[in-house]
Amino acid sequence: MNYTLLPVIFCYLAASGGYAGFLFLQRGIYNRGAYALVLAGFIIHSVLLGMDYADKGSLPVHNLHQNLWFVGWVLAGVFLVLRPRIRLNILGVFAAPLITLITAAAFFVPDTPMQPQSELAGVWLTVHVLVIFIGEACLALACGTGILYLIQERNIKAKKHRFFFRRLPSLELLDSTGYTFVAAGFTALTAGLITGFIYAHQVWGHFWTWDPKEVWSGVTWLIYAALLHERLVAGWRGRRAAILAIIGFAAMLFTFFGVNFLLEGHHNEFTRW
Amino acid sequence: MNLPDGSRQEEKKNNPPAPELPEIGILGINHTSAPVDLRECLAFSDQESRETIQRLKARPEISEIMIISTCNRVEILFTSYDPDEAVRTLKAHIAESRSVQEHRFEESIYTHLRSEAVKHLFRVASSLDSMVVGEPQILGQIKTAYKTAVENRGTGVILNRLLHKSFSVAKRIRSETGIGDRAVSISYAAVELARKIFGRLEDKAVLLVGAGEMAELAVEHLNRVRSTGALFVANRTFEVGVEMARRFSGTAINFGEIEDTLKSADIIISSTGSYDYVIKKKQVRPVMRQRKQKPLFFIDIAVPRDIDPAVNRIENAYVYDIDDLQGVIEENMESRLSESAKAERIIDEAAVRFDQWYESLDVVPTIKQLRGKLAEIADSELKKTLQSMDHLSSQDIEALERMNEAVIKKFLHDPVRFLKDPGSHRDKSLYIDLTRKIFKLEDD
Repeated sequence: MNYTLLPVIFCYLAASGGYAGFLFLQRGIYNRGAYALVLAGFIIHSVLLGMDYADKGSLPVHNLHQNLWFVGWVLAGVFLVLRPRIRLNILGVFAAPLITLITAAAFFVPDTPMQPQSELAGVWLTVHVLVIFIGEACLALACGTGILYLIQERNIKAKKHRFFFRRLPSLELLDSTGYTFVAAGFTALTAGLITGFIYAHQVWGHFWTWDPKEVWSGVTWLIYAALLHERLVAGWRGRRAAILAIIGFAAMLFTFFGVNFLLEGHHNEFTRW
Repeated sequence: MNLPDGSRQEEKKNNPPAPELPEIGILGINHTSAPVDLRECLAFSDQESRETIQRLKARPEISEIMIISTCNRVEILFTSYDPDEAVRTLKAHIAESRSVQEHRFEESIYTHLRSEAVKHLFRVASSLDSMVVGEPQILGQIKTAYKTAVENRGTGVILNRLLHKSFSVAKRIRSETGIGDRAVSISYAAVELARKIFGRLEDKAVLLVGAGEMAELAVEHLNRVRSTGALFVANRTFEVGVEMARRFSGTAINFGEIEDTLKSADIIISSTGSYDYVIKKKQVRPVMRQRKQKPLFFIDIAVPRDIDPAVNRIENAYVYDIDDLQGVIEENMESRLSESAKAERIIDEAAVRFDQWYESLDVVPTIKQLRGKLAEIADSELKKTLQSMDHLSSQDIEALERMNEAVIKKFLHDPVRFLKDPGSHRDKSLYIDLTRKIFKLEDD
């Protein structure tokens, strides 16, 4: 276990506490304080990753530990960039614990050294990994927003106006924010897949090899494509869009973890213990 | 140093004991103490308030006066050197000007004096004493009443300070407690719900089905936040619909066009006298597809209901009937009441502070403080001067100290005499307040 990660995790954990305080007490100071804590955690996180990158000369995404650590960093970055741009105060309430959870998981997963493979380097791979992770971070936020939408919709339909009804924003805002996340995430995911194809073509000479990870990435991509298409054409909004965003995220999680544990393929090493 | 106390004793020997300060008092009736017919009967119109203030402030037993009259209360706030006499005068005036027998309202009328009166006013201004606790109108009504009193020179130092204090207390309670946070009227609750569904309401289209007072209120509430959205009115009697549409600058439609209008409307407010459902599930379902699933919010204030409750089961359609809205209000009421304990604490605190200020208006403490301040200045200046004069003997120093004391005594002689008796019919508290201000004496 690498104890240098602890200050970062501690910052994220404290931020989660701050957002919980905001949820219960509804005081702006908790909201701002928690944001500052995520920012502090992100800065230390960036320094650690930067040192790692300088050391290895490539993105540190060679095993599950490194992957989780990197995903946590991307999610924190995406959160920090998007939070001031959207009026969803409640976003931090699920984003901060999620970041904490991922980084804490990275802390407990052993950092098994991998045989460095010469082919796993180069600018296309860096772009591929970074862009895919940014997309996944956006889609995680979309899933969280979807869950909040379902809670709030339930409150209004069932005429329950207690705790969450008062604290959650309007359905319209949750819906449009979720849509923004899905649109951004889908764009990044598409770009990530394309860079992946290019990279695969360079290394293996094929764009597509029916590798399980590729297939499941395709499935995930299709779910989100369907969501966006139906929204534009048939007006799939609200509940349906929220449920689909959650299903899409579940598919994405399976692509990320499940494929590596259950199926074989050339992405295996990245998520092995 | 015994000048103020000494001369006060002298005064007491010579004059009949008069209170140093006018007493603050409030006399009134409200929705809990009197039935509506009596409240109606005692209410003051703006013009009547003006006349009453003009007339009563000329009476020697009333120093300051102000009248608050709303549909739920009539309160007369006054200061007086002889509060018992003032209360008698006020009651007699009410009886005479309203042509009611005094015994009719004797039971319902309450009187508070001093800190009880202060607290009562604070509670009224912060809407703790209102029929609907936390309702925001009362503060505005008191502000208007205060303006009327000021325009007619009914108020002086004490009431001015008291009223400004009550405004700031009310404001503090509003911002620090949740007392006014939640909707407690049907129409306001409906608007709050619409906000939770649509977020922004500016461009939302409204369809009004049937005409009724409550529906109109809801539209009025909505119109405060809407600007560009369309408004449709459907009524069984087309002419009535046209009239309403004109009033809210909307469009009148036929009853048969409702289904079609559902495509473009976002908020439907229904209050017809129909015994059947006016809008049924099978009418709404196809519309949702045409609306591209944009949400529809039905507010059903009719009894019996106009909108099939099954419509609520359609995705993105929300139906609230009168009982649902009533439920929202009851929940909100409960939370308001629990917030009022916090508000009472703020009021107690403010009343204590106001009392301290009020006590300081007394002549004796003011003169003491003034004398103290002068003595302090004289002492410190003397010390500074003595530092560079080592050659003075202790007798010399004593002489200088005596000189200082004499200067202070002579200097204060006239102001003190004036403050103790500024002349008959003059408001002593005004001059004391002025003295405190120009010499910057702290309200401790």
